[in-house]
Amino acid sequence: MNSGLESEPQDTSQYLTFVCAGEEYGVPILCVQEIKGWEGVTRVPCTPLYLLGVMNLRGVIVPVIDLRLRFGLAPRQAGGATVVIVVRVHDVRGEKTAGIVVDAVSEVYSVAPDNIKPTPDLGSVVDAACVRGLTGVDSKMVMLLDIDRLVTSCIEAPERP
Amino acid sequence: MTLDLAQFHDTFFAESFEALDSMENALLKLSAGDADLELINTIFRVAHSIKGGAATFGFTDVAAFTHTLETLLDQLRAGKRRVDAKLVDTLLRSCDLMREMLGATQHKQPMDKARVTALHAEIELILATAGDSPVATVPAMPATATAAPASAQLPPGETRSGWRIHFIPGPKLLRHGNDPLRLLRELATLAPCEVRVDAKWIPPLTELDPEECRLSWRIEVNGPVKESAIKAVFDWVEGECDLKLEAFGPAPAQATPEVQELAVAAATPVAEEPPALVPAAPPVDEALAPRNNAASTQAAAAAAAASSLPSAAAGDGGSIRVSIEKIDELLNSVGELVITQSVLSQLAAPLQGLGAEELRNALGQLERHMRNLQESVMRVRMLPISFVFNRFPRLLRDLGQRLGKKIELRLSGDTTELDKTVLEKIGDPLVHLVRNAIDHGIETPEVRLAAGKPAHGVIELNAYHKGGNVIVEVRDDGGGLKRDRILAKARERGLIGADEELSEDRVFNLIFAPGFSTADVVSDVSGRGVGMDVVKRNINELGGHVQIHSTTGKGSMVRIRLPLTLAILDGQLARVGSEVYVVPIVSIVETIQVREEQVSSVAARAHVFRMRDDYLPIVRLYELFGIEPQHTDLLDGLLMIVEADGKRVGLFVDELMSQQQVVIKSLETNFRPVVGLAGATMLGDGRVALILDIPGVICRFQSQETRHSTAQQAA
Repeated sequence: MNSGLESEPQDTSQYLTFVCAGEEYGVPILCVQEIKGWEGVTRVPCTPLYLLGVMNLRGVIVPVIDLRLRFGLAPRQAGGATVVIVVRVHDVRGEKTAGIVVDAVSEVYSVAPDNIKPTPDLGSVVDAACVRGLTGVDSKMVMLLDIDRLVTSCIEAPERP
Repeated sequence: MTLDLAQFHDTFFAESFEALDSMENALLKLSAGDADLELINTIFRVAHSIKGGAATFGFTDVAAFTHTLETLLDQLRAGKRRVDAKLVDTLLRSCDLMREMLGATQHKQPMDKARVTALHAEIELILATAGDSPVATVPAMPATATAAPASAQLPPGETRSGWRIHFIPGPKLLRHGNDPLRLLRELATLAPCEVRVDAKWIPPLTELDPEECRLSWRIEVNGPVKESAIKAVFDWVEGECDLKLEAFGPAPAQATPEVQELAVAAATPVAEEPPALVPAAPPVDEALAPRNNAASTQAAAAAAAASSLPSAAAGDGGSIRVSIEKIDELLNSVGELVITQSVLSQLAAPLQGLGAEELRNALGQLERHMRNLQESVMRVRMLPISFVFNRFPRLLRDLGQRLGKKIELRLSGDTTELDKTVLEKIGDPLVHLVRNAIDHGIETPEVRLAAGKPAHGVIELNAYHKGGNVIVEVRDDGGGLKRDRILAKARERGLIGADEELSEDRVFNLIFAPGFSTADVVSDVSGRGVGMDVVKRNINELGGHVQIHSTTGKGSMVRIRLPLTLAILDGQLARVGSEVYVVPIVSIVETIQVREEQVSSVAARAHVFRMRDDYLPIVRLYELFGIEPQHTDLLDGLLMIVEADGKRVGLFVDELMSQQQVVIKSLETNFRPVVGLAGATMLGDGRVALILDIPGVICRFQSQETRHSTAQQAA
């Protein structure tokens, strides 16, 4: 908790963590643009279910991804308490903005690269390609996401017939 | 101090291309016979600016070629050479070549050296041959310019035994990529110079900005040099420096300054003001500007683009270059404001009690201001259609010459404004239509005379606003479309049945079919049958519409209807279940409530709908998009008949809502393209609604049908 306040060596990076179905995930804080409340989305036909739709972010159309559905976890109805983390990601064509629906935002941690452990075989629960590594914070385990790959894979996913 | 010149490249190229356009325009006017000094000056200035810029940036090929061209133009300007058709032709070709060279340089592509060398040699040949027979005045001087020779006829009197130049560069001269040393060196090539530098304005070292030029020079040019030659050296820095020219040595007999002033004012802005006038040049320039504008608005506009004269710079009303992105950002913010404002109005509507009425009044006012603001921002993106029309005089001249046809071009409504994006995309289709009109439409003079028509054909381009659209018409008075030939050809190619009789409209629409051509001989102008389908597709992509009218023997007219802008779309909101979609109004033919006897089922599942004599497939939007609908029975909902690429289908929706103009937002910016969707937009309540792309919807429907039928066959 207080780790973010200490002066850190330069190569540590900060991660924003959030909770989804009891698990804690982290994304690099520099790619987080803002955190928003749920304002509803418009479904885009023929896209995978975890793509909830698109929302209006100050005049720009932004896709919204449900992380629970993406990771095959039990779905939860989006509502007033739902939180959308707006992230900026990079793909081959440049920068994109996307929203990620999570249960709740948790903390900001500083993590030294040495403390990031490779991802063990997680079975089929979470797509291992989208996880950069694991780290332990206060005896909790946090999964650090490769947000670029996660969002890009969602956007590029094939259409549903 | 190193200055990264590369950062100025874009500006240089943009300005050079614009300048070449104005050079081409001026050349075309020259070819029409009115060779006046202003036009020649415009052309000269373009060549000179490009030369200067190219040399500064190290584009030596361009600089070398332009230098030779400039020499030729200088002879024209000095009246030593006559303007004739052949010369204009060479100059036009030079103009094209320069454009290509600059384009190649810009994109760092290799340039065909042989062609450059060939034209270069050609110009040098002209320079070598006719230069010995000087012509005292520029021929075909317009009558109004009778007083002009006072300044134009200067060759003998223009030279002096020397010049005193006081050159004080502005502080920003270096930052703009100009090097005073280069100017001094160039001066020294004209005649022996005595240069004295004045360093009294240099600040103390602590305040010194190395990128600011604080030096000034006094230069004595000792030799019989023309004033124009000296001015030409400084042409590139004009407006960025304080330049005083003073002649010394024997002065020739001259008219009194008053007469001179009149003469200049009566003519045109003359670059070579008589030396006696130079110290007083600024007031003359100011006096010139308004007269000049009134006298020849079009020429002035063309001149202003290329001119580096301070008078012209002051006269063009002032404009700035702004990137499209910035304007789009502005447009975005305004769009958001409009939505916020409409949310506020909705919130205020049910309010009761103290001040509620006043609040609603104030919000009403806000709404009006918002509309004004939105319109103003939209207008920023608008450009007059003359940007496209201006290329046609050249096209007509070249093609007419090659095909031996005499054609007159009439342009009207060229101030009609269109969105820049639409403008860029309408250029090629229009060129194609005009080429067609020249090649197929207008007959040769003999045929025309035999038909009792004047030998000169007329092609008219007309643009005007009509009900939120821009209409562009291309009209020719040629032979018209040959209905029988088109029908025969269409039957031959199996586009229509052997006995099928078609309405006039549908016959003419056949020429938009891919690969359709009735031309007997394929030429390099047209006749390959590629083209009209592309024209139609391009215009449809813009959300526009093409129509053809034609009378055999009298001529044809193609009418193009275009949206004013691509940023806004006229849409019909339609509801399916809880989703709202925007259907582009341009795609909608009509909307009907289905009666039972109009529907029949085919192959047990699909339905077709009989509309008059056509059978239309029914596309159930809820099925296509996988939505929970309110109605599944065709009789309960509504059928929108939509059309794209000549195909009509019935789109089944639950309910129609309002019609409104929507701002189109791209889905691709942060997402990806989806077949069947043209984009998205924000509704009044801030919700996102998807905009349907009718061709995409039909395409998706057809592939779904194919999948179903193959699945059925497999089962």
